Amino acid sequence: MSVGFIMLVHQSLERAAQVSGHWAGHGCPVAIHVDKRVRREEFEALKAKLADFGNVRFSDRFACEWGRFSIVEATLAVSERLLADFPEVGHIYVASGSCLPLRPVEDLRRYLEARSETDFIESVTTDDVHWTVGGLDRERFTLRFPFSWKRQRYLFDKHVELQRRIGFSRAIPDGLEPHLGSQWWCLTRATLSAILEDPRRPDHDGYFRRVWIPDESYFQTLARRHSKRIESRSLTLSKFDYQGKPHIFYDDHLPLLRRSDGFVARKIWPQAEGLYSAFLKADNAARPEVEPMPQKIDRIFTKAVELRTRGRPGLYMQSRFPNHDHENGKSCAAYSVFQGFGDVFEDFQTWLQKRTGSRIHGHLFDKGRVRFAGDETIFNGALSDSAKLRDYSPRDFLTNLIWNTQGERQCFFFGPDDGQGIAAFLASDQNAHISVIAGAWAVPLFHSGMEFPRVRKIAARRQRIEAQFLDLLRQPHTRARVRVWSLADFVEDPGEILQSVMDEMMPVMQRRLTEVPKLVDMTGFGQFLQDLKNEGMRPYLVGDFPADGRNEMAPPDRKAPSLGVVK
Amino acid sequence: MGLWSAYRLRVRRRARLFRAFRRRRELAVVANRTGRIGKDDILLFSTLRDEHVRLPYFLEYYRELGVDHFLIVDNDSTDGGREYLAGQEDVSLWTTRASYKRARYGVDWLNWLQRRHGHGHWCLTVDPDEFFIYPFCDTRNLRALTDWLDISEIRSFGAMLLDMYPKGRIDAAAYQSGQNPLEIANWFDSGNYTILKNPQLRNLWIQGGPRARCFFPRNPAMAPALNKIPLVKWHRSFAYVSSTHALLPRGLNLVYDEWGGEKASGMLLHAKFLNTFPEKAREELRRRQHFAGSREYKAYGEHLQEDPRLWCQWSEKYINWRQLEILGLMSKGNWA
Repeated sequence: MSVGFIMLVHQSLERAAQVSGHWAGHGCPVAIHVDKRVRREEFEALKAKLADFGNVRFSDRFACEWGRFSIVEATLAVSERLLADFPEVGHIYVASGSCLPLRPVEDLRRYLEARSETDFIESVTTDDVHWTVGGLDRERFTLRFPFSWKRQRYLFDKHVELQRRIGFSRAIPDGLEPHLGSQWWCLTRATLSAILEDPRRPDHDGYFRRVWIPDESYFQTLARRHSKRIESRSLTLSKFDYQGKPHIFYDDHLPLLRRSDGFVARKIWPQAEGLYSAFLKADNAARPEVEPMPQKIDRIFTKAVELRTRGRPGLYMQSRFPNHDHENGKSCAAYSVFQGFGDVFEDFQTWLQKRTGSRIHGHLFDKGRVRFAGDETIFNGALSDSAKLRDYSPRDFLTNLIWNTQGERQCFFFGPDDGQGIAAFLASDQNAHISVIAGAWAVPLFHSGMEFPRVRKIAARRQRIEAQFLDLLRQPHTRARVRVWSLADFVEDPGEILQSVMDEMMPVMQRRLTEVPKLVDMTGFGQFLQDLKNEGMRPYLVGDFPADGRNEMAPPDRKAPSLGVVK
Repeated sequence: MGLWSAYRLRVRRRARLFRAFRRRRELAVVANRTGRIGKDDILLFSTLRDEHVRLPYFLEYYRELGVDHFLIVDNDSTDGGREYLAGQEDVSLWTTRASYKRARYGVDWLNWLQRRHGHGHWCLTVDPDEFFIYPFCDTRNLRALTDWLDISEIRSFGAMLLDMYPKGRIDAAAYQSGQNPLEIANWFDSGNYTILKNPQLRNLWIQGGPRARCFFPRNPAMAPALNKIPLVKWHRSFAYVSSTHALLPRGLNLVYDEWGGEKASGMLLHAKFLNTFPEKAREELRRRQHFAGSREYKAYGEHLQEDPRLWCQWSEKYINWRQLEILGLMSKGNWA
């Protein structure tokens, strides 16, 4: 027994001639259907090219429209032709004009001989498919589709909607359980003959004539009725993208196609000369025992579809500019924002840098200029320290920074003196880990030695801005990870709070903190707050900081004895 | 979109086409070989002035890529470039002494030629210092891309302008005719771009790169736009609105995905900053034929006079399209 090919052709006829000639030349009968819309001269040229082969036939021509029964009709006609003219054919393999055999014909022949009763046809019940175009799976079989999906999309959609609304449903003929699958099948003579000679074939044809995309369901459903043994997979490597269009192979896929060990691949770009000459060469070594491994190719196409539909999180660029809340990750990696920590610790930046090995910036949103780590004037990705450039689009500035430094955790300080344009974005970004010591801005004021009316004014402004920021962080739609302590709470146990911040930043770090940075001197701070109150300002964000000095911030070594604080 | 704004956009598009129609008289034929254009040919449109030194490599680059025919408007060149182009078998050439500025920086002229000769063709519109790259451009020619766009039913393809510059002074190395300018200008800024959306035409407005960083740090809104849509399956009703930044009908401007995915996109490597640039900037400043009172050239004049360097320690050296893909400047989308 041998294998015969059915070839459905509607374009690039030269390539179709080349491939069918290859098969015919290796002793495999080929029956060709050429779409009726192909010009007569082209058809005649194809015929002339294949005239020397005694085992090539041409069937009646139908005008095939995508998604319509005409494709099935053509396949049926060409199948009949092949079966009638070549009684020695044991398996019938459906191919298109843009298919390319990847392995010697001998491989396929012996592979099929060893599986002489097996039908290779992807055939999946409608409950199990997820790849259908337009979301129609079961409904392909129960609705009517008088309008063309390609040319009359509006009417198509409206008509489907109408039928759904009024609950229209066609009866599926008895004995048929709808199955779907790739149209590139390989059936045994017995199964295909049974389908063609089925006494109920007029019923079936009549029914499928009104099913949508019947080329993906006619044989897939009827094979279930007649087959002895189905292997539900296609021997042709063919992947579809998210629009239901087949992926195309080019010359640069050559190594990949070789490694796949598939028998046939589609679609091949007609000008992929490298592929055609490599795979149609006569001296490709036969290895009939090797199983096809389509997974290797599937992987790259799956990744491509994922890139097209999900994209790279946190990336904003010329061809990915997601609408609000469709970003699928507003920034590309986690980062930390510290508010107030720089005010209560001496040189917190250096300490954190040493402790974590992360990149610790100063106030990135400082109004004067961007305070990059190391006080650089320019940073990864050629980001400038110009405040104007940054403030032109603060979100782009930050997402660029995070994108440009992938693989290295970024941390920066934030505070009420910084530009607040980025605040809403920070609150909405789940990658932002924000730790706030509320009211800490009062500490540098306490140390500033400025005259009191001015201090009071600045304190009021900072408190107002910080309160707005905290409000933002408390909104129900905030996605950032936020932790807020009042200054009063913080000085109760700075070691523990710092520990929890570090734990979150570096969850894999097991060691407890053995040292905390030196706290600034807070002697007399309670009185300072009382003075503010006496002046009529209420520093409520600071928390309940006793004014009488009794519970005033003690020296740090007394506050966290277990940590062995280094002064 | 409401009926009213649809109508207004339509009026605007028709006005563009009418301008193009009126300005057709400004173009005098030097060599019309458009009769040789085949049914599926890929066409390249360009308008230029005094770029002779760049032309040999420019033509070579795009022929290699798969462009079949060049349609070029020469704006009164005096450096012999016109004669050179007229002698090329695959170039159709028009010339004009009319104002570049009044022809909307050449857009009117090209809109006319595109309407006349571009209908039904894939049309690439680039300047002589712009080099188009796209995913897989090292193994697949332009035809592979346009075939894929056809199959995917995509009519327009975006390619952001990427300013390239040399390490050190931009006038350190002398560019030789026929040389690949990217051998000299092979550095770029990888991650300092900002994006806004134009609500009316829906195109993105991208700024940044070395020009924003060096010339407009105090006035970023003035920095030049880098978003471009150079490759379009042309229909006679289409019109570019300003340079190749935006088109009408505005659906053509949706070269980006709005739901988190990435569409396929390319880049235009912009080899503007060579040793020829300071002279060009002086000349353009004198002619005042460029956008917004040639403010761009003014800014260049101020900055480049003192220290003509764009390179910084975080500049990235260009390797290939895959590098730009990984950096997130362009995307393969679902082309694999």
